[in-house]
Amino acid sequence: MTSPQRRWIFLVAAAGMLAFYLWGLIGLPGFGHYPGPYGDIINAVAVGQTHATGVVSAVNFEYRGFDTLGEEFILFTAATGVATVLRHLREERDTAAEDESSDRQVPVTSDAVRMVTLAFIGPTLVVGWYLATHAQTSPSGGFQGGVVLATAFVLVYLAGQFIVFKRLSPVDLTDAVDAIGAGSFAVIGLAALGTGAAYLANFLPLGSSPGAVNSAGTIALISFCVGIEVAAAFVLIAGELLEQTLIIREGDR
Amino acid sequence: MTAGALVISPYTVTPLWLMAALQVSVLILVAAGATAVVLARNPTRQVIMVSIYGVLLALLFMVFQAPDVTLSELTVGAVALPLLLLLALAKVRRNEE
Repeated sequence: MTSPQRRWIFLVAAAGMLAFYLWGLIGLPGFGHYPGPYGDIINAVAVGQTHATGVVSAVNFEYRGFDTLGEEFILFTAATGVATVLRHLREERDTAAEDESSDRQVPVTSDAVRMVTLAFIGPTLVVGWYLATHAQTSPSGGFQGGVVLATAFVLVYLAGQFIVFKRLSPVDLTDAVDAIGAGSFAVIGLAALGTGAAYLANFLPLGSSPGAVNSAGTIALISFCVGIEVAAAFVLIAGELLEQTLIIREGDR
Repeated sequence: MTAGALVISPYTVTPLWLMAALQVSVLILVAAGATAVVLARNPTRQVIMVSIYGVLLALLFMVFQAPDVTLSELTVGAVALPLLLLLALAKVRRNEE
């Protein structure tokens, strides 16, 4: 096929694509005009029904709780997959990666980087914890909080403390926390069945005032479990990949 | 709602024309960021661009009043994804050496 022929085929295809794209755009509802009834109904009833002022969390962890359960298990499966592929096999001996050019000048982690990362670890932990525990009151939630919590661990590594990072998050521990977090979500759903309600129904007391941290029953609890699970999953994945990548040199502490 | 209309609220209300201007500027920034990601030839640079693009997308969601999605995009798009990509790059580099 010659070059002009290829160009013609591309132009025809691109024109067709553009035509369909524009046709599709014309059929869209106007900017900011939501056509369905569902969102408006949720907006009207959610705070009264769930006592969660973070309505997005109310949708994620209660109205659409089952969808979120599936989403959570996607991440859980991914983390399990990484841990499985990178596990130690029987008869596999663990040899540290060899530094093949040991005479190379290795840049040390600068004091500035150390300072900044160490200074950020505390605030990062607080923000992550806040996000994971305040899904019911304000825009936040377990997924975001969990990733931020995991970031605090990665900061430990960035501060040049890989040994500390591994000591803080041994694979067995992160594995277990990951499983417990994911499992709790499913178990909370089952507990609702035990009270005679539907799976993942909100069976805990909703608290007196909407927007309080101790309100919204299972929404707060599930968000917290998701936070723990996501944090463990990300620490696990990052730790496993780092171990595959790093050359741990003498004097690296 | 017409331009300049004010909603009665205890909070300071941003005039609609200002919101529209913000939204248009962030949309342009996002388009520029996406182009920059595609045009970056060096993988390491591209990862840094992806991270910046994640921040821009988060900003976009913020000015379109979706703070929950903003947080997700910040954590996943600007931090987690670039981190995993950087680790993968480091691994590939080491095997090449």
